[in-house]
Amino acid sequence: MSKLIDENGVRLDGRRFDELRPIKIEVGVVKNADGSAYIEFGKNKIVAAVYGPREAHPKHLSLPDRAIIRCRYHMSPFSTEERKPPQPTRREIEISLVLRRAMECAVFLEEYPRSIIDVYVEVLQSDGGSRCASITAVSAALADSGISMRDLIVGCAVGKADGQLILDLNDKEDKEGQCDMPVAYMPNLEKITLLQFDGAFTEDEFKKAIELAIMGNRKIYDILRKTLTERYFKTGDEK
Amino acid sequence: MSIKKSPIIENLRKSQMLDLLSKQKRLDGRALNEYRPITIKLNPIQKANGSAEVSIGDTRVIAGVKVETGEPFPDTPDQGLLVVNAEFLPLSSALVEPGPPDEDSIEVSRVVDRGIRESQMIDLKALAIKPGVLVNCVFVDIDILNMDGNIFDAAFLAAVLSIATARYDKKIVGEDGKEEVQKVPLPIRLIPVSITSITIGDNIMIDPTEEEDSILDSRMTVTFDEEGRLCA
Repeated sequence: MSKLIDENGVRLDGRRFDELRPIKIEVGVVKNADGSAYIEFGKNKIVAAVYGPREAHPKHLSLPDRAIIRCRYHMSPFSTEERKPPQPTRREIEISLVLRRAMECAVFLEEYPRSIIDVYVEVLQSDGGSRCASITAVSAALADSGISMRDLIVGCAVGKADGQLILDLNDKEDKEGQCDMPVAYMPNLEKITLLQFDGAFTEDEFKKAIELAIMGNRKIYDILRKTLTERYFKTGDEK
Repeated sequence: MSIKKSPIIENLRKSQMLDLLSKQKRLDGRALNEYRPITIKLNPIQKANGSAEVSIGDTRVIAGVKVETGEPFPDTPDQGLLVVNAEFLPLSSALVEPGPPDEDSIEVSRVVDRGIRESQMIDLKALAIKPGVLVNCVFVDIDILNMDGNIFDAAFLAAVLSIATARYDKKIVGEDGKEEVQKVPLPIRLIPVSITSITIGDNIMIDPTEEEDSILDSRMTVTFDEEGRLCA
């Protein structure tokens, strides 16, 4: 196996251990949707759109005291190295579920009783860490739709390669590295809403990894916040 | 569009549209034979062999081509495969629900497939590697990102452009007898174009919007090749 970090501590794509990939976020990209966002996170290209709150179909799904969220994470057949057949895989279904649970913590569901909020995520190009980029895109889309939320959610992964902790794994680091731990975080409430983990950390490494993930997430939050304020509060900030 | 996916248009809106039509006008101010602005972005997806994003007005579609190797069909052992697959993403409209491909997606896939196949845009015979055993398969996957009518032309244009921009790995035996892998374009013979028109009453118009689509009486998608021959 080739080395993922050289002797100067530089990773294959030229980043330091605690450096994120370039991030670009746009909101309001899908005209028909109530809220939408597009994120480029390294080579990841992801569109997220929100429809709702609207009446639930079938009706028996709806709850009398709060809204339900339905989430579909899907990868386009051309998004991966080898063509991915269009029908949802087990992996996509699992990610849909964890994204939904992460969102349920952030949205004031009780404000929208008897309704459904549909959240659709389409990965147009994937490059490692797509679930983290997706949760960021989803919270941007939810914010764009005007649904009330306790906080925004941002996500990034931490891992270990060549025995060293690294932030925001790319595809190769994800596949060949020793650890991968996606962490989604609500920066103002200082709460973690999603955490998954493959590989092996020592207890000490685990604590440092969480700190590193939170540090990365705060940087992503700044970018997301800037995107949203630029779009919605331009006139307010000018005074 | 099928009954399921067409929005319900208010009677007032419909009569306004019909009123305008009697004066040869449309809601968005276009002439009956006028297209909406078309924007094209080539190769937005680097992981695909070829890709293209096409917008016609507010309709937005992205297509990606993947070239892989596989077994040929028994009845065409000396030809490569062309597989066209379209999906109305549930994020493209409030009326689309997630699930296996429904009749609308399949219709778009089949119409686009027919146009590309029957115009003989790709020389499928040149995609055979070892006839009867191994051939190249061209997968064209089309995602509909935002729906505002005339999905057919947008999907067709995106599919054609993604095929035209595609580069795939081909083993080439050099003069010295050594094999090397080169990135080469697909064997393209011509570029076909499709035009979709609808009729409402006695009026024929091209490039219908979603609203016009929902009150149409008939629809026809025609594919032409470079010499103006009708091919599908």
